[in-house]
Amino acid sequence: MALPFDLEPKFADYAHPGMLVTTDWVAEHLDDPGLVVAESDEDVLLYETGHIPGAVKLDWHTELNDPVTRDYVDGPGFAALMSERGISRDTTLVLYGDKNNWWAAYALWVVTLFGHPDVRLMDGGRAKWFAEDRAVTNEIPRRPRTHYPVVGRDDSHIRAFKDRVLAHLGKPMIDVRSPGEYSGDLLHMPDYPQEGALRGGHIPGARSVPWARAAAQDATFRGRQELEAIYEQEIGLHPDDDVVVYCRIGERSSHTWFVLHHLLGFPNVRNYAGSWTAWGNSVQVPIARGAQP
Amino acid sequence: MTAAALSPRLQEIVDEFTALPPGQRLQLLLEFAEDLPHLPARYADHPDLLEPVPECQSPLFLAVEVADDGTARLFFQAPREAPTTRGFAGILYAGLDGMSVAEILATPGEFPSRLGLQDLVSPLRLRGMSAMLARIKHRLRSQAA
Repeated sequence: MALPFDLEPKFADYAHPGMLVTTDWVAEHLDDPGLVVAESDEDVLLYETGHIPGAVKLDWHTELNDPVTRDYVDGPGFAALMSERGISRDTTLVLYGDKNNWWAAYALWVVTLFGHPDVRLMDGGRAKWFAEDRAVTNEIPRRPRTHYPVVGRDDSHIRAFKDRVLAHLGKPMIDVRSPGEYSGDLLHMPDYPQEGALRGGHIPGARSVPWARAAAQDATFRGRQELEAIYEQEIGLHPDDDVVVYCRIGERSSHTWFVLHHLLGFPNVRNYAGSWTAWGNSVQVPIARGAQP
Repeated sequence: MTAAALSPRLQEIVDEFTALPPGQRLQLLLEFAEDLPHLPARYADHPDLLEPVPECQSPLFLAVEVADDGTARLFFQAPREAPTTRGFAGILYAGLDGMSVAEILATPGEFPSRLGLQDLVSPLRLRGMSAMLARIKHRLRSQAA
């Protein structure tokens, strides 16, 4: 059974207020049956150094991806993972993680491909929980195994593949990578491993909005007006636009997808999951270099 | 073809990891992260003396010193919020600190892949450890030159 929404006034301004919960809400509902809290981090060991009591771990790299094909897990793989973590189809799943919920937003986007009915993000993520000196534990919970049904992955609404992006050229597109990656001066994030793109630059027409602009100092999402000022007033997006977002492998852009779709209410936003590591390695696709779209 | 031999200390670490069931190997990696010593003041106070390793997911800095007897001392700095990177550094510290330059240079570059961590940590993340080793070797070669 779904848990009540968090009636935090800040969330009420967002298009889908039910997609977020506060750290207060999580602390209050931690022991409620029907809730599973899951941590998803960039660093695969961070959960082991301490996490929210009762929270399970969900690793984007080793668990949400297919080990062979460059793709996400399939329906049976997702069902097996959810069942093993003690998550049912009617569980309220609350995700949180490090780095402004970057990876938690990615996990939420993948969970959305399987249409999990109730998945939310904890605003502020791991950083906020720890900054507030709330309870943490090293204990790995053993939740009873569930029987999560096999649900097919639906890539048609929120995911874009290369052909769709080619057909989308000229329509609104947001590149959420760092300015150096956008211009083509860098092939990967500053200070991050080279992930192998043969060409640098951006998809022609894409506007540059580094993803973390949507996050405040304390890792929470900026308020609705601040987000509108960035994406609508500054960049000129309209809520009824058909938008494609991308980054390097589709993780940072999941954060922006969440902002545009759930916080600002754009119905048509797709994450190009191949992102630059697909586009920048493709033969004969157009590429723009420099700071201009 | 058999894989190049590791120094006894590194082989011991590899054996320690692979002897564990996969579910417990991350815990061991965390122990290496926790055992990574603090930087001595001469580096802690002068971060400019440290070399950044951008191939790691989280910021890591290292320094290498060669003593008159031809042994090398290794120094690493990585934030607490990056336990995987710290764990990689901890393994290299435990396995290589105080060894001779020749022994360190002879360490096979693919050694991280023998720890049985690929499926747990992912090959991409493991690349960070290979990059640390490559930079340590590069430093040793350039100091010898």
